[in-house]
Formats: sequence, C-alpha cells, structure tokens
Amino acid sequence: MDFLVVQFLTGLAGASSLFLVASGLSIIFGVTRIVNFAHGAFYMLGAYIAYTLTERWSGALGFWGGLIAAALAVAAIGALVEIVLLRRIYRAPELFQLLATFGVTLMVQDLSVLIWGPEDLVGRRAPGFRHSVDILGQSVPSYDLLLIALGPLVLGGLWLLFHKTRFGVLVRAATQDRDMVAALGVNQRWLFTGVFALGVFLAALGGALQLPRDAVSHTMDLRIIVEVFVVVVIGGLGSVGGAYLAALLVSELNAFGILVMPTISLVLVFLVMAVVLVVRPHGLFGKPEGPPRAAIGGLIRPWRPLSGAERLGMAALFAAAALLPLVAGSYVLSVGTEILIFALFAASLQLLMSAGGIASFGHAAYFGLGAYGAALGAKSLALPFPAALACGIALGTLGAAIFGWFCVRLSGVYFAMLTLAFAQIAWSVAFQWTSVTGGDNGLLGIWPPAWASSPAVFYWITLALAAAGVAAIRAIVFSPFGYALRAVRDSALRAEAIGIGRRGVQWTAFVIAGGFAALAGALFAFLKGSVFPDNLGIPLSVDGLVMVLLGGVETVSGAVVGALVYRALSVVLMSQTDYSKLVLGLFIVVLVVAFPRGIVGSLQALLPRLRRARASSIGAAALRPAE
Amino acid sequence: MRTGSVWLAALAASVALGAAAPAALAQQGEIKIGEINSYSGLPAFTEPYRKGWQLAVEEINKAGGVLGKKLVVISKDDGGRPADAVTAANELVSRDKVDMLAGAFFSHIGLALADFAKQKQMFYLAGEPLTDAIVWSAGNKYTFRLRPSNYMQAAMLAEEAAKLPAKRWATIAPNYEYGQSAVAVFKQLLSAKRPDIEWVGEQWPPQGKIDAGPVVQAVAAMKPDAILNVTFGPDLVKLVREGNSRGLFKDRAVVSFLTGEPEYIDPLKDETPEGWIVTGYPWDSVKTPEHDAFLKAYQAKFNDYPRLGSVVGYALIQSAVAIINKAGSTDTEKLIAAARGLEFDTPFGKSMFRAIDHQATLGAFVGKTAVKDGRGVMVDAVYRDGAKYLPSDEEVKKMRPQS
Repeated sequence: MDFLVVQFLTGLAGASSLFLVASGLSIIFGVTRIVNFAHGAFYMLGAYIAYTLTERWSGALGFWGGLIAAALAVAAIGALVEIVLLRRIYRAPELFQLLATFGVTLMVQDLSVLIWGPEDLVGRRAPGFRHSVDILGQSVPSYDLLLIALGPLVLGGLWLLFHKTRFGVLVRAATQDRDMVAALGVNQRWLFTGVFALGVFLAALGGALQLPRDAVSHTMDLRIIVEVFVVVVIGGLGSVGGAYLAALLVSELNAFGILVMPTISLVLVFLVMAVVLVVRPHGLFGKPEGPPRAAIGGLIRPWRPLSGAERLGMAALFAAAALLPLVAGSYVLSVGTEILIFALFAASLQLLMSAGGIASFGHAAYFGLGAYGAALGAKSLALPFPAALACGIALGTLGAAIFGWFCVRLSGVYFAMLTLAFAQIAWSVAFQWTSVTGGDNGLLGIWPPAWASSPAVFYWITLALAAAGVAAIRAIVFSPFGYALRAVRDSALRAEAIGIGRRGVQWTAFVIAGGFAALAGALFAFLKGSVFPDNLGIPLSVDGLVMVLLGGVETVSGAVVGALVYRALSVVLMSQTDYSKLVLGLFIVVLVVAFPRGIVGSLQALLPRLRRARASSIGAAALRPAE
Repeated sequence: MRTGSVWLAALAASVALGAAAPAALAQQGEIKIGEINSYSGLPAFTEPYRKGWQLAVEEINKAGGVLGKKLVVISKDDGGRPADAVTAANELVSRDKVDMLAGAFFSHIGLALADFAKQKQMFYLAGEPLTDAIVWSAGNKYTFRLRPSNYMQAAMLAEEAAKLPAKRWATIAPNYEYGQSAVAVFKQLLSAKRPDIEWVGEQWPPQGKIDAGPVVQAVAAMKPDAILNVTFGPDLVKLVREGNSRGLFKDRAVVSFLTGEPEYIDPLKDETPEGWIVTGYPWDSVKTPEHDAFLKAYQAKFNDYPRLGSVVGYALIQSAVAIINKAGSTDTEKLIAAARGLEFDTPFGKSMFRAIDHQATLGAFVGKTAVKDGRGVMVDAVYRDGAKYLPSDEEVKKMRPQS
C-alpha cells in the first residue's frame, strides 16, 4: 500500500513535467493552428541554455534565476522564429507551417551539437532539493514534490491568465473562432506572436526543470515531441485542463503499467490515445470544431487532367528516366531507385492529403507493412519475387483497411493522430515480436532474384511500377470516385446530401493509398536487402509529409517533385557533410519562404501570371484561360 | 519571392560544388577503406572514434603506408538508419571502389551492412556493434567483428557477479535486442554458476525514454539483493539520479554493462554511484607500453583524452592494415583467408580474429566505479582477455550457419 502511494506520487511528478510542455503546445495549436513540430526543439534549447546559465551563476538564486532566464531567452527566440518565419506563411495551406517548424527542428539539432558539444551534460541538482523526503517509509525525492506542486500551480496560473486578463479573453476567443476575432478588429499578428512566445516559454521551462533529474542531450527534442502531441490530443485540442488530465492519465498508467507488464512503456501512450480517440473522437475535453470556413478546395484552381501535349511531355520524361542506366553507374541507379520508391510513397500520401483532405501522420505504417509483407513472403513462405511484392501489397492493404476503418470516424488533427497511434502500435509489434519480425535486428537477406538483381534491371522494374502507380493515382483522382472524394473534402454536408457518404469514400481512399504505399515499401525491402522497424517509424511518416508539403499540397502529384528534391538532397548531404541536418533544415526553411504553396504549387501559380504577362505584351488578349 | 530565389540558387550552387569537390577519383597507389558510422546520430561516441582512426591512418602513412601504398579512409554518415547505411555502402563500393568496408555502431546497422557485404561479396569489418547475431546466428563469411561482444561482456560480468553473496537479482535493461540479449546471456551464465540465485523481477524501459522514477520504485519494491543494469547514455544518468535520491543502490550490489566507459561514466561526475561492478576503459590507469604509446600520441594530436571509441577506431585501422598486409592484396577472398586466425596489435595488447566465427578476442576492463576529485572513475580494473569468455567451439558451430 505504502509503495502504491509513492508510485502514485512519482507518477504525479512525471505528469507535471509532461504537462508543462504539453500546455504550451496546446495553447499554440489552439490559437494559431500551427502543428508546432519545433516544440521539442525549444524544450531542448531550454535545457541547454539553463545548463549553461546554472553552471555560470552560483547559489540558489543563480540556479532558479538561471532556469527562468533560460526559459525567457528561448521564448524570445521563439518569438523571433514566429515573426521572421511563421508570419510569412500563415496564409499557406494547412499543415504547411509543420514543414517550417520541421526545418527549424533539424537546424536546432545540429546547432546544439555544434554549440554544446556531443556529450551528454549533467546539470546541477536544485539547491535545497538534493535529497529525499520520507513518506510512509519510502523515500521520495523532494524535487518530485516540487514538480507535483508546480503542475497545478501552472494550470491555475494559466486559468487566471485566460479568464482574468484581456489577453486571455482574446486567446480564448481566437481558440474558438479566430476568423471572427479578426473580423472584430483584433490585431492578430501580435496576438499570435504573444501566444507563440508563451507556449515556447512553457516548453523551455519544462526543459530547464529537467536539469536536476535528466541529462541534457541533443536527442531530447525527439524524445518529448511525439509524447506531448499525444497528451494534447488525448486532452482535447486547445484544452489546457484536458492536457493536465491527459498527462496525469498517461504518467500514472505508465507508473502502474510497468509493475504488471515491464515492457509496456514502449507503446503505452499510443495505446491510450487510440482507445481515447476511438471512444471520444475529440479527446477528453475537446469540442467538435465547427465546419471549416475555407477548405482546401476553395482556395485552389480546379484540377484538370493533363492535356495531350503534357502527356507527351510526361512520356518523354519517362523515356528519359528509362535511359538513365545507359549513362549512370550502379550507385546513381540505386539512389534513383530509392527516389522513385519515395515518389510513389509520397504520391500515395498525396492522394489522401490533397484529394481527400485528410492528413495521415502514420502513413509509414503501410510502407512498413508492405516491406515486412514482402520480406516475410520471400523468407518464410519462399515466394518468388513478384509474389513477394504482392504479399507486401496485401499486408499493407489489409493494415490500411483495418486501421482506416477506425480512423475515418474522426477528422482533422484527431484523424491524423489516430493514424499516428496505429502506426506506432504496428511499429511496436514489429519491434517486439522477435520470433516473426526479428525485432529491432530486423529481417535480413531480402535480395531480388538473379534476373532482377542488377541495379539497372531493378531500376527499370521500380520505374515501371512507380510510374504506373503515380499514373493510377492520377487516374483515380479524375475518376468518378475521385470527384466523390473531393466533394467530401470540400463539403461533407453537401456531399452527404447528394448521397455520397463521407466515411465510405474516405475509407476506400485510405485503403487505396495504403496499398500503393505498401508497394513502395515492398520494393524498398528488396532494394535494401533488409527490413527494420524504422520502416514503419514516425521519422518516415514525417518524411512523407515533408515530401507532399514540399511538392505542394494543393497539387495532384506535386509530391513526386517533393520526393525527388527532398530525397536527393538528403542523400547528397548525408554523403558530403557532417552537418546534413543543419543544411537540410536551412534549405527547407528557405524553400518554405520562397515557395509558400510548395514547389509545384508555387510554380503553377506563377505560370499563368507569366503567360498573362507575355500575352499582354504581344497584344494577344484572348489566349486560353489559365490552366 | 525574388530574394528567395536568389538564396535558393546560391544554396543549390553551394550544394552542387560541395558534391563535386571531394568525389574520390580512383588514384593509383591508394588502398581505400570505406567507413560508415552514425556521426550525426551519435556524436558522443563517434567523434572520439573518428579521432582514433584518424590517428591510426596518420601513423600508418607516416610509416610508409600499406603494401607500399597510401592508406585512405573514406568516411560516411549513416544518420542512425540502416537503410541510409546501405545507401552509403553502395556509394563506397560502386563509386569510390573501396577495398573493404568497416564501421557501424548500432547492432541493426551492423547486421544490415553484414548482409550487404555478403550480397556484394565485400569484406566487412564491424567495429562497434555488440550483437551476438553478427558473428553467430546471422554470421557470414565476409564479416568480422572487433569489439568484445554482448556475450563476452556478459560472461566477464557474470564471473564477478557469481562471487557476490547476493541471491535475489533484479534486472533493468533497455527494451531492444541489445538489452534483451545482455540480460538473457547474463542470466544464463550466472544461473549456471550459481543455481541458488533467484531472479525476482525485471524492468524494460524503452531505450532513450526511461521514466526513471517509477522504474526505480518498481525495482526497489522487488527487494533484490543485487541489480543488473544494461541502460546507458541519458537513460543511465536518469536512473542513477533517481536511484541515488530514492536510495535504491544503498546496501545493494549493482553489476552494470559498459558503465565504466568514459563515454558513459564521465557525464555522471560526482554523482557516479560507487562500487558498481562494470565493464569499461579506465584510460588513465592502464599501464602497458602499447597503451602508453597510444595515449601519448592521442593526447599530443588532439589535446584530449581517449574514450573507448577512440581505442576502437584506432584498433579498427590497426587490424584492417594487418589483414591487408598479410593478404598481400586487396582481393576479398585473400583478405578473408588472411584475417582468419590473424593476430594483430591494439592499444590493449595482442588480439586475434578467431577462424571459427570471425570474432576478435579483444577484451575489456572489469572494475568498480568510484568518485575521485569530483569525477567518476574505474578502480581495481583488470583487463580480461576476450578469448577466455567465449562459448566452446561446438556451441559456436551450432549457432553459426555453416556454409
């Protein structure tokens, strides 16, 4: 009994740490609708700067002053990022800000190694809180008690701020309906900057407070970011109280879960999120959002299939790509093959995001299932190469059918986070089920048969399949089903009024997209010769999002270009520099500012303007309409 | 918009230039080793490791190179991802035309590279990966491994653990292959020596994400006499801090994998727990001529002390050069034949690649942790020769595919 009480207190301390960071994220998302991927980076910066300050300043004042000063400094950095970078892209398509904050995260990772060195840093213990207190015969660190008190204190402080100040009223108003707040004449710019800085301050404070109990390392950011997202979503977006309850739930379930099942930590938060979202589609305290005012379809020019001339152009491009083996060596071919595989993967995600208007944060699950399906088919069932590919597609499609059935019941970010939860559950199965999947040591020896093993032949096979896949996805977008899918995206209400059910259509799209991702994954298994759990991991899902956003989420197949640019850059940078993340992050940030609608999206927007300029200069006013 | 494009062009140009500059042209009179490691993902270990091999390459070229040719190491980052390691290996083999592959830190990356080496019939010398699979269950003809494996470290620690009076044991290990096999081997070897031992419980925090408070509390509730720890890095720091403040380690024996390596013990400073039995590398108390020479040269070149990674990097090149010298060529089959049973020098003294499973007999130091002048050190450290901590040949033959 005594033990259980102490375990509960320990869980409470963990909940407070988590809540500080999560509350910041929740506030930022609630008001600005930014999926702030850099929140973990700010948390890490808070810890690093606090380390530097507390090592310099002595005494209790130096320590606590150092933590606060670090959080303030990072908040200033956050405000700067918001003013310089994010402000330029609020009008960009939804989720595009994710790309910018992802770039910032990459840069911060390399910069912190450059500034603070590669080794883990262990900061000072908090003065006055070095020891433990005896509670029911068990020792509890006094710092834990401090954290336990701090959680509700911050919660109360935020409540006062939101309910008793004008700033807070505006923040709540903006969380509920930011268009209306803008219409009432509130200067959104400074409101957004203020909210962003406040959220970053909380993240950095959360990081700084870990100083006495954690090591400061350059992997802290990714350790926390997914978990706090999960906490925010479980709590309900924009609900600070919900975030506290969710942090409490997750921490206590973990503290007691490991007593029953010591391996549960790996997947616990995702299990909790999946269960909560299936039962309560808007989290514990979240409210259903009103129908969105400007769906993606309202912003863009209608899509059209390629014209005859454009088709010829594509055929010429395809022919040129097919000739690559005549000039390139086997390394370039293998990189080319990899790019083609990612192009197909990104295109499959784009079907969901652009035509379906639903963003999956866990699309790697189907890529990975495809890879495992192919590998298991080739190894355990001894299937020939084409049958192993089919086996991969089958497994990926099956996974998408099952997971998708639950996911399409949700919408918006909740949908995205449920896909993430399922992807992580699939990942942990691959990770733990050693007898079948080989665990984290993976499955080895998945090479194509002799006839397909030369880099040129495998490249051609991949080119043919990837091109056919992308063409098929385009054909689907312009088929009656594609129109139904776009109708559901643009207005679910109107679509349902004419007899097109949202769930069925979105579920079908989800399964199709999963199948194409699985094909990409199956090819990837044979390209690399091995399959590992990270084939279904979060980083790959993020890569997919980055490729789609980089290409242009308002386009039909811009993702192909996004994949080409992103993957080629990553490979070249990895090969040529030790600071590939810094350069890649910078590159993404620059691209985001230069092409606020993605590369293809921005070029498409530019093209008609150029044409018009030329047309007017030669005096021919009545050229064919734009696009 | 316009300024954006200019930026972009400049950046694209600089990337293109960067790509063109170091493209290694096949030069005559060079022997090339293609090296891959997690430089961006795990700099705390790979930076000292890189310094180690750089020092060895410099010394070897000063002494006239290999087979009369200059030794060149072309090094690539794998970002901590096996798929990217295979891409890098592909580049090294087909574009840079290296004569052998070497490197890797993470076990799964080592396994991916070993399988790649088998497929492409390239010689691969694994430096860091600890997994037993790389020489046993997934072993192949083309792959050799330098560091004392998981099994060997477990055997060294189990030998010491058996001498403790403790009967009730609990384990804390990261939940992935390394942690799982470390615990499994340690349990098996210790139970064989001490049938009276009882395993009272285990904790499996996710690697890199330990929630240390509840874990420490859960282990304390098992009331063990002794604890086996396999966590390392930031997880270890959190575990030690929570364990210290909650009194978990008071009056309990702790046996811990790798904790005596400077990479892991140094960050703990004055919070280093005292009296843990650990494997590691006490760089300032090894007094052998080989190590003295290495230490002096390393400190002179880098103005820093070596970590275990430095020794591995240095010995990696030493062993590679010994293999090439004996083979008298860079033909893969000849390299394999030469490496089998080859004896080579390392900063820890002589070591050998076993013919039976391609595992080197390089050992490790076993000692106790202590705090000296506010920093963590290893005391009473004794070097254990790896050759004595491997299973019998019959057992190895059963585990390793014979082909």
